[in-house]
Amino acid sequence: MPFFVQLAHHFLPETILAVGVMALILIGAFRGERGFGLVDEMAVGILGLALVAIALSSTPDTSIFDGAYIDDGFSRFMKALTLIGAIVSILLSVDWLQRNGLEKFEYPVLIILSTLGMLLLISADNLIALYLGLELMSLALYVMAAFARDDGRSSEAGLKYFVLGALSSGMMLYGASLLYGFAGTVSFAGIAAVVSTSAPIGVIFGLVFVLAALAFKMSAAPFHMWTPDVYQGAPTPVTAFFASAAKMAAVAITVRIVITAFPGVKDQWRQIIIFIAIASMLLGSFAAIGQENIKRLMAYSSIGHMGFALIGLAAGDEAGVRGVAIYLTIYLIMTLGTFAAILAMRVEGRYVENVSDLAGLSRTNGWMAFFLAMLMFSLAGVPPLAGFFAKYYVLLAAVDAGLFGLAVIGVLASAVAAYYYLRVVKVMYFDEPAPAFDRAPMALRAVLGASTLALLGFWVYPSPVMDAAAAAAKSLF
Amino acid sequence: MFGFGILSGVTFLPLVGVAFLLTQKGDDEASLRNIRWATLATTLATFALSLVIWSGFDTTSAAFQFVEEKNWLGSGLVYKMGVDGFSMPFVLLTTFLMPFAILASWDSIQKRVKEYMIAFLVLETLMIGVFCALDIVLFYLFFEGGLIPMFLIIGIWGGKRRVYASFKFFLYTLVGSLLMLVAILAMYGKAGTTDITVLLHTDFPKEMQTWLWLAFFASFAVKMPMWPVHTWLPDAHVEAPTAGSVILAAILLKMGGYGFIRFSLPMFPDASTNFAPLIYALSVIAIVYTSLVALVQEDIKKLIAYSSVAHMGFVTMGLFTLNAQGMQGAIFQMISHGLVSGALFLCVGVIYDRMHTREISAYGGLVNRMPIYAFVFMLFTMANVGLPGTTGFIGEFLSLTGAFQANSWVALIATSGVVLSAAYALYLYRRVIFGVLDKASLKNITDLTPREIAIFTPLVLLTLYYGIQPQAILNATQASVDNLIQTHTALIDAVKLAAAGQ
Repeated sequence: MPFFVQLAHHFLPETILAVGVMALILIGAFRGERGFGLVDEMAVGILGLALVAIALSSTPDTSIFDGAYIDDGFSRFMKALTLIGAIVSILLSVDWLQRNGLEKFEYPVLIILSTLGMLLLISADNLIALYLGLELMSLALYVMAAFARDDGRSSEAGLKYFVLGALSSGMMLYGASLLYGFAGTVSFAGIAAVVSTSAPIGVIFGLVFVLAALAFKMSAAPFHMWTPDVYQGAPTPVTAFFASAAKMAAVAITVRIVITAFPGVKDQWRQIIIFIAIASMLLGSFAAIGQENIKRLMAYSSIGHMGFALIGLAAGDEAGVRGVAIYLTIYLIMTLGTFAAILAMRVEGRYVENVSDLAGLSRTNGWMAFFLAMLMFSLAGVPPLAGFFAKYYVLLAAVDAGLFGLAVIGVLASAVAAYYYLRVVKVMYFDEPAPAFDRAPMALRAVLGASTLALLGFWVYPSPVMDAAAAAAKSLF
Repeated sequence: MFGFGILSGVTFLPLVGVAFLLTQKGDDEASLRNIRWATLATTLATFALSLVIWSGFDTTSAAFQFVEEKNWLGSGLVYKMGVDGFSMPFVLLTTFLMPFAILASWDSIQKRVKEYMIAFLVLETLMIGVFCALDIVLFYLFFEGGLIPMFLIIGIWGGKRRVYASFKFFLYTLVGSLLMLVAILAMYGKAGTTDITVLLHTDFPKEMQTWLWLAFFASFAVKMPMWPVHTWLPDAHVEAPTAGSVILAAILLKMGGYGFIRFSLPMFPDASTNFAPLIYALSVIAIVYTSLVALVQEDIKKLIAYSSVAHMGFVTMGLFTLNAQGMQGAIFQMISHGLVSGALFLCVGVIYDRMHTREISAYGGLVNRMPIYAFVFMLFTMANVGLPGTTGFIGEFLSLTGAFQANSWVALIATSGVVLSAAYALYLYRRVIFGVLDKASLKNITDLTPREIAIFTPLVLLTLYYGIQPQAILNATQASVDNLIQTHTALIDAVKLAAAGQ
């Protein structure tokens, strides 16, 4: 296939982002500080364009760039989620950046660069493309974590993230080189062919390192330790971006690599995934109980949710991957909604982020309290909210695969987790009111309302998500 | 209506009321009155509509009636509703009691009235849905979803320790239900469908039945509640507002018993037979132990809450006797307890609204100032004890008769519980109603208002009517009970035959 045909047919979203981001850098450079508004709006447009390109593409699964890159149903589904996460993150950030004097055009540029890395990561079909995508994504994220330059905590978050991220990149490279050394190829299909019958110990060794590095990016236990500090320290809209788009990409590549490159050693990687899942769920449930800072709480919550999503991967079959895809979709909606609420926590022009600041919200701002309460119930997985269906489908896959122990630990962990989600509801509904929040900007209210409605109405009309997720999972097998 | 039937209509009608309430704004007296009347009208309309189910119900058939089915989530999940002799009485019990719950909150709830009414209407939808659902996942949605409004009702409008009580209620129930969820998934994996009508005829392997039964037991035992996982109930009852206690005692507890009848007994017959001794043991412990605990309570609501646990012991005991008397008695006991305990909590609400205390020692000699109240309270106390002529007698008598056939020791111990229940109930009645009216705070207490009389009259009449004429309810459940017992016996015999043949 000629190079340009490949670009136009199977690499269109990435091309749009790459060309767009260069244009934005030029605009920003020429217009300087005044360019923020324009760059920001154009960034949303560019990401939206990429999303449309994905939605309209219906090409069969195709491998391009000599097998380095694959354009299949799974990658399109995950890319759509990532792009939605990125677009909403930008929408959520505008007001925050303006109020904190951070209207710099670099912000949307970094988001697009990072998103481009995520798209590359999701579609990577060999180890080199994987590493390229991972680094492009991460380097932009390090900078974003430290974006509030004058804030000590933000700089600390950026530095922590960078040092630990570099460590994980090192592990990734070490694992990848082992894989290459023992399998003799970097392509996923090639590795799958080598390990289809027997797996050399070096391959297993390399797999462990690669999975450790990816667990770091997913913020799954025991590689989660950066998460609470970075979530808390980073500017809130950046945290929203970490928790939404970045997770999608990290989970997507984890799913892809174990399913397509290591189907022959399923029993080996399954142990690792089960361990990571259980550790993440338990840690996410218990460690969040004592948290006062809501961003920190959400950090532990996200660790627990990653563990839950990995239950589907542990099942290791089509139903499991479908479960993961549904889980991530619903998790994305819940996360974006919750962060919209967190960004709306502003008292007399000052941003607050403690759970106690929400006290009595049901009386000072009934709708916001209702929306946030529904988000919390959904995160806890209480039916009939969408969060329940997310859990339902991964558990279904696990039970079908005979992983009863994992399923039982999962539901018990989610009962523990329900405690701290309920605590947020309790503070909002049962406690005496704290000072009322300032009126939130339109974008935040729209995101909060839309995400809650999506969660509340999911059970009425779930088929779009269900069908898309099923199609995505099918393409991996 | 859009191809949906009467059951969907009854289930979702309260949500129409919610939609109306959402349009109401303002805190002034006029709009509060609007909100209360609109809620009452909605619950009354729901009750009226549910009467259509009753009148159209064919009591001679054990099959599911008014069945409606829609494709829903894909992959085996369907929206399927239907009622049989087990569920129809509970649907009516729910719709019948809701207007009383609303009336009981008329004056006592003054803050956040709109939210309160919305919570109750949403709860009503979910409760009716539990009894109508014919898809096990749909059942689970309604079953679990009910936790959210009840959590808020206890937590926002409850008493002093409401936060503790609401969390305990939510988390206890959640843990049990989540284990049931895993079992549901396993059943889906085995049967390939979540349709209850198909699952009822699915043969689960023996080993699997044991685990499934235990998982369902975890959920329903907490919900019933059975000893020793009953401790959430006294807390929840004490802290909940009056109407919350009424609904909790009258309907939410019945979901546990309903779950046993709908799932555990017919779907896991082997396990149910094997675990029957466990149920008997827990039941008699509940009957005797919680009756003794009730004797020493200082808080009226707590006393009634413990008495509820004891009465639910009769229900579980009766259900697992697996004979016609025991099961009929258990179901009747649930209906009866729904009426009686609901009414008792309303009685407590009456004096709580006046005195704002539930301490037994704060009362005494009420008969002097409140003769009508004393009469009503006496009637329901007697019904709670199981006096012949009231519904309580029929339920306890039948379930004890059933128990005698199954295991006379169990019946013997359980019968002593009847004596104990008379002890604590009469002791309570004496301390609150009789004696000298010497407390200054009680000097000006007033008797029942017309609104309260209007609440109690239908409950009094029904308690007496069904106490004398229980056939009306027994007939409705007869066919389904017979069918369950027949199928169960056939299955057990088949297993025995197979074992003998080997």
